[in-house]
Amino acid sequence: MQIELTVNATAHTLDVEPRMTLLDGLRDRLGLTGAHAGCEHGVCGACTVLIDGVAVRSCLMFAVQADGYAITTIEGLAPAPGELSLLQDAFCETHGMQCGYCTPAMILTAHALLAGNAAPTREEIVEAISGNLCRCTGYAQIVEAIALAAERMRGLNRPAGLP
Amino acid sequence: MKPAAFDYARPANLDQACALLAASEDARIIAGGQTLVPLMAMRLARPKLLVDIARIAELSFVREEGDAVTIGATTRQCVVERDQIVRAKVPMLAKVMPFVGHAATRARGTVGGSLANADPAAEIALVAVTLGAVLTYREGRATTDIAAADFFTGPMMTALPPAGCLTAVRFPIWRDQRIGVGFHEVSARQSDFAFVSAAAQIVLDDEGSCRRLAVSIGAATSLPLKLTTVGEALTGRRVSATVARDAVNAALADIEPLADLHASADYRRRVATTLAVRAIADACEAASAGSTHAN
Repeated sequence: MQIELTVNATAHTLDVEPRMTLLDGLRDRLGLTGAHAGCEHGVCGACTVLIDGVAVRSCLMFAVQADGYAITTIEGLAPAPGELSLLQDAFCETHGMQCGYCTPAMILTAHALLAGNAAPTREEIVEAISGNLCRCTGYAQIVEAIALAAERMRGLNRPAGLP
Repeated sequence: MKPAAFDYARPANLDQACALLAASEDARIIAGGQTLVPLMAMRLARPKLLVDIARIAELSFVREEGDAVTIGATTRQCVVERDQIVRAKVPMLAKVMPFVGHAATRARGTVGGSLANADPAAEIALVAVTLGAVLTYREGRATTDIAAADFFTGPMMTALPPAGCLTAVRFPIWRDQRIGVGFHEVSARQSDFAFVSAAAQIVLDDEGSCRRLAVSIGAATSLPLKLTTVGEALTGRRVSATVARDAVNAALADIEPLADLHASADYRRRVATTLAVRAIADACEAASAGSTHAN
């Protein structure tokens, strides 16, 4: 079946079997391996991508269902090659990762959270990432990273000269 | 690729969807796919044809109609979670929505999908049974209404015919002044499948006595279970923890709780009692605190 996906602002036409998940399509057909295959049945959240800006599990969606949608993967977040997005930078700074397997999904989930809530409480951050498993960090530095990024993003739009 | 091979169709409207379902053996509807796709990944479901109704616009809406709020089957859970009509008119549904899966699954999962898949732990099904919602489905050109109490027939089993397509669900509005809701669930991880859940909605009169109470438990048995006798026992009385506990204990004496690796039958019965009593207490507190939902 022929489908059209806009991934990280680039339009692709793909011919896929209906049973190919969006996750497999992104990884195996488009070479975007930042969306990770963890449990592949909707529990771990490692495959999270953004569809029209909203975080979804790409293993719980067939690529044919995403026909025509705009998808953002971790590869699409950085403003330019060699640079990091503000959230990615905050994850580095607070060391919000160890093995890195859950990290792209954590960052995209946080990205979707901060797009709708500029000043999340700790509880809101914890709730937002509750569907993403991390087996290394104990989550504390991930929560710290998201709070730090939120604080910096709020500062970005403040006119110069204000405290 | 983990699922078995299948064909995929995306009909433009409900008529076409129903025609496809009637013409195909082993066809299944997919909307959000948040229950079905895992089942297919584990090959517990192997449909020959998936009929994708997610983009059929006529099935996605929230409307106040008379004494009910009608929600279209493909209305996504994240939409219902934020809907102002739901919040004001069906407070119990608004209360449970944050517990329905995780934000990332609510972004795709639909109200109709949750009902049609009938997981015993599903919160939307629990609310439908508690409030006495009415579900509507189309089969061919015929439209049928069915009470939630009759719709759910077992774990992951419903009265929906194989070629039927759930189109909407009507949640009754309680227009009383002093209304309160309570909801509790226990799960391994926040928003994971509940081991036990309980929901209560109460109306208090001016003296603080119970005028009307609906309370149910979910996930404990193979179907959401409405505790009708508890509602009857507490109506007309001032609700204390003791009175509520006695009524709930009596109602749960003869149930057959589910048992699995995570929670034994005894555990589920004990926790169901505690959560039902807590849900009733929370509902009373909300009603008497005047946190009424303006109808």
